[in-house]
Amino acid sequence: MPRVNPIDSDYFKDERPDDKFSVIGKTVQRSDALGHVTGRTEFFEDRTFPDLAHVKIHRSAHHHARINSVDVSEALRVPGVLRVITHRDVPSNWYMVLRLIGIEPNDEPVLAEDRVLYKGEPIVAVVADSEAAALEGAARVKVDYTVLPAVLDVEAALAPDAPVIKQAGTNYFVYEGHHARRLRFGDVEQGFAQADRIFEWRYSSAPIEHAPTETTGCVVVPQSSGRLLIHSNTQAAFFTLDNTALILDRPFTDLQVKGGTVGGGFGGKVDVMVEPLACIAATLTNRPVKFVYTREEEMQVSSPRAAERIYIKDGVMNDGRIVARKVMLYVDSGAYSRHSPYGTTKACAHLPGPYTIPNVYADCHCVYTNRTPSSAMRGFGVTIADFALESQMDRIARALEMDPLQFRLKNAYRDGDLKAHRKVAEGTALIEVIQRAAALVGHELPEEYQAMSSRGAGA
Amino acid sequence: MRIVNLKVNGVGKTFIARPETTLLLALREQLGLTGAKRGCAQGACGSCTVLLEGEPVVSCLVPAVTVDGADIATVEGLADGPALSHVQQAFLDGFATQCGFCTPGMIMSAEALLDRNPDPTRDEVNEAISGNVCRCTGYEPIVSAILDAAVRRREGAKL
Ligand code: FES
Ligand code: FES
Repeated sequence: MPRVNPIDSDYFKDERPDDKFSVIGKTVQRSDALGHVTGRTEFFEDRTFPDLAHVKIHRSAHHHARINSVDVSEALRVPGVLRVITHRDVPSNWYMVLRLIGIEPNDEPVLAEDRVLYKGEPIVAVVADSEAAALEGAARVKVDYTVLPAVLDVEAALAPDAPVIKQAGTNYFVYEGHHARRLRFGDVEQGFAQADRIFEWRYSSAPIEHAPTETTGCVVVPQSSGRLLIHSNTQAAFFTLDNTALILDRPFTDLQVKGGTVGGGFGGKVDVMVEPLACIAATLTNRPVKFVYTREEEMQVSSPRAAERIYIKDGVMNDGRIVARKVMLYVDSGAYSRHSPYGTTKACAHLPGPYTIPNVYADCHCVYTNRTPSSAMRGFGVTIADFALESQMDRIARALEMDPLQFRLKNAYRDGDLKAHRKVAEGTALIEVIQRAAALVGHELPEEYQAMSSRGAGA
Repeated sequence: MRIVNLKVNGVGKTFIARPETTLLLALREQLGLTGAKRGCAQGACGSCTVLLEGEPVVSCLVPAVTVDGADIATVEGLADGPALSHVQQAFLDGFATQCGFCTPGMIMSAEALLDRNPDPTRDEVNEAISGNVCRCTGYEPIVSAILDAAVRRREGAKL
């Protein structure tokens, strides 16, 4: 049996009058495990359909280019090729997943029109009798480009002389008229002026690919009713249904999505990349159509976790209290928005970390570059911000020759504290978590730190 | 096109294969055995592992026409009705499967290891599954489950 740490239910007992956990702290078998070990779990690609056709994509060879012309004549001559699909075949050629919650502008074509903004951007889809014929057809598409200067770095993209790559006119997402998602609390400059010490460091991360063992894909089957049945490995069946319907310009009720079995997702199967084109191919050919990424596509063009660059400047008193924190954060959204405007807002909402700091200033930029569009991945926005924030905490503690846990405890937020977002903190447990973690690893804390509580001195 | 005969999980099967048809696609699309998965189609992930004459192979790299007459074992052949193999049961009990996509290949690599080495060390287990990628579990529960299965097999054999 796996090790399961017993739940210590002594903490905050009075907040749970009826303390009966039926699942938490117990070992519960997954409902799908028997299917997994017997090989009977049905992943989308485990279904076979007579007369199945296949979609493969011709992709941009450049990071940034104008498309002068596209020639599909040789692709159409490949035996087995049934159709080619260009942007003209896409009823509403916009993918913008966040429009479901009112976020604008639409910025990503399903298939490129007159320009490409990243290497690997889809330009033409080829539908064929076999996977091999579809691949051969896609390889034979000819695109004539005028290569344009590419922007591959977030700060370079914001420089005044940077080429503007986005049609909306800025290389950054505009948050209600502003260049960044902003956080303003207290007076950060005054905080720096009163601080004993100033610490400023830069943190950066590379894009991270989820690399699920099962690549992104779907099979779309036209139904006799005229509806399209989509077998998908999406993590987000309703994102798929709604966005596909918007792109097809058809009522939502025309589509049925069957999903829920995902061979690894981690956020990488939240965007709607394969279903719209597979639906168009199925409609045009009236055949079941499979569109599944090759491993190369999964690695090159599926959205990774965004690269981020984060500058943190802290004003700290000699006793270890942080009195001011300024964060300049840059999320590399790549060429298009996908979930990054939302991820950047999450990053901002997470600042200044779980600490009570009286003066906070942050600008969180969602920046466009000519790199692969980034998007969701496990805790995106928060994860890399935490890497930076907690590295900063360790470095300051070291500089002050303080114990890193004591330094955190001194600054930890507590119930009743006003957070930088002007929300009163409640349900905090950072202090107790640190105390418990310290005890588990045998890290001794002085009496006054052991006596601390999230209930807060001031609360 | 060639006619290929295989013995799959003890049962004779015959199908027609093109030169480029892989054993993986023949199993999945012609014989309806979809337990072996396609994770990369280039021999890198191990999701497609089956046993060829008792030895684990990545079936995505094996042209079906080259194994005419061979004995093939897949995950579908392990359980005896509702009774799981020791490896399957140990994976289930040890929470060694999450999304499940790597699991059939992982289990076949484990079966092959225990067939030739009933009492492997942890290092030998690591070595045996070094060609099988799992992106969910972090491998620890898988390695523990295989060691657990080795114990169950040895004890089962003593009964
Ligand atoms: S599919 Fe055969 S090794 Fe990955
Ligand atoms: S359980 Fe998901 S890849 Fe192993």
